[in-house]
Amino acid sequence: MFNRGTIINVRAIGHHTIDSVMRFGYASRFFALTLLNSGSSWRRIHLIIRELYFTGALSMVIILVSGLFVGMVLGFQGYQTLKTYGSESALGVLVALSLVRELGPVVSGLLFASRAGSAMTAEIGLMKTTEQLSAMEMMAVDPIARVVAPRFWAGVISMPLLAGVFSAMGIYGGYLIGVVLIGVDEGSFWSQMQSAVDFREDIVNGVIKSVVFGIAVTWIALFEGYDSPPTAEGVSGATTRTVVTSSLAILGLDFILTAFMFRGV
Amino acid sequence: MASDNLVEISAVGYSYDKRRTILSGIDMKIPRGKVVAIMGISGSGKTTLLRLIAGWFKPTQGDIHVDGVLTRDLDRDGLYKMRRRMGMLFQFGALFTDLSVFDNVAFQMREHTDLPESMIRDIVMMKLQAVGLRGAHHLMPSELSGGMSRRVALARAIALDPMLMMYDEPFTGLDPISLGVIRNLVRRLNDTLGSTSIVVTHDVQEALDTVDYVYYLSEGVMVAHGTPEEMRASKDPLVHQFVWGEADGPVAYQYPSRKYNEELELV
Repeated sequence: MFNRGTIINVRAIGHHTIDSVMRFGYASRFFALTLLNSGSSWRRIHLIIRELYFTGALSMVIILVSGLFVGMVLGFQGYQTLKTYGSESALGVLVALSLVRELGPVVSGLLFASRAGSAMTAEIGLMKTTEQLSAMEMMAVDPIARVVAPRFWAGVISMPLLAGVFSAMGIYGGYLIGVVLIGVDEGSFWSQMQSAVDFREDIVNGVIKSVVFGIAVTWIALFEGYDSPPTAEGVSGATTRTVVTSSLAILGLDFILTAFMFRGV
Repeated sequence: MASDNLVEISAVGYSYDKRRTILSGIDMKIPRGKVVAIMGISGSGKTTLLRLIAGWFKPTQGDIHVDGVLTRDLDRDGLYKMRRRMGMLFQFGALFTDLSVFDNVAFQMREHTDLPESMIRDIVMMKLQAVGLRGAHHLMPSELSGGMSRRVALARAIALDPMLMMYDEPFTGLDPISLGVIRNLVRRLNDTLGSTSIVVTHDVQEALDTVDYVYYLSEGVMVAHGTPEEMRASKDPLVHQFVWGEADGPVAYQYPSRKYNEELELV
């Protein structure tokens, strides 16, 4: 009834589906264990602070520069479009809403995945390859509590802060182009922004998005590192998967969150 | 009364799945205070056996008792409690690369004890003195040679004065001087700490010069055991080939393949 090629393809799809479901199950178990073992991380706060430096502070340069340039591009593009309708004074609103609602959380999430997420995966993957995680287990120290949980919380805390810095820097970039370079009225730039941007609807929703992206990216990065085959090829593959999966997760989650948050606005 | 054997392994088998059997029918006794080698070629199941003793995996058949406790029955907390009394030296040291030599050795004390920092410092210095690296306490692992890394890892493994020390290929990849240092340390630390040691290795002469007893594994089965002298004098073809490093014998030089002249299409 079916030829051999069809059967092989169906079987391959079946295997792939089962593998994916099992992997998601492992990842969920890993996430639950990370949360369960978080208590000891918070009791030894210096572990989280150290990771905040590596994931947050060291990501500042790329976030600041990217935020500035994205804001400046928004300033140019926004001015060109608004000028057509004689609404140049609304440039501040356009720049601020674009950044706070969407570009801040999404672009900083993508940058965070590339900069900090890939570093986390590579570091944990190499720790596994060089048997450091095994040594920890052998010394009766749980690697999830000692290595994974502090990095997880550092990622979750860093992400909204970085998104905030990105948006602030972007608004400043928009101001530089719109007000300083092109000559849009400074008073209307700031006052319209102030009246149009709502704290609950825009800023809080943006923060919620960045927290969700922080959880997703850090979870994916840590799981990929912890689960990577202990070889050079395995770590490199895991690092690539972290960036690809995190980026897709950010875009997918952004769509879902936006659909829920801004449907009535 | 405690048994004379710290580790007792009876009829232990281990397999990842139905098709891949790693170990079968292993019987071993590791007496207290002795240094015992588990030898065999690569892939013979030595490291798996070591990890079974440490409770890393549970045997699929048989029992392992460590200090009278059946490891199979231990839950995670029980295993961790047992491992606090064990030390393991990994093949390439497995030092924590983000911590200094001092912090590596202090790691277990900071994790498991409430000792004041001044006392931790004294103990760390004593352990580093024992391996001859007190002066290197401020270095990072990336600044150490292979032999030094192995010695720091040894100091870290003995930080809590373990009852059982396990060495996974401790002599691999070392220069002759470092190798001699590690070999002497294995023996000296065992005797001064009053612990028991298991050395997994395929470095024959170093092991036979150091240990009290040898178990020889081949393809997951215990094929011979005895004192180093008995192993040197063994007529068992497998043991003889291994001890004297002969290229061909029961362990064939050539990986299974079709006939050479057929491969070259000469017939």
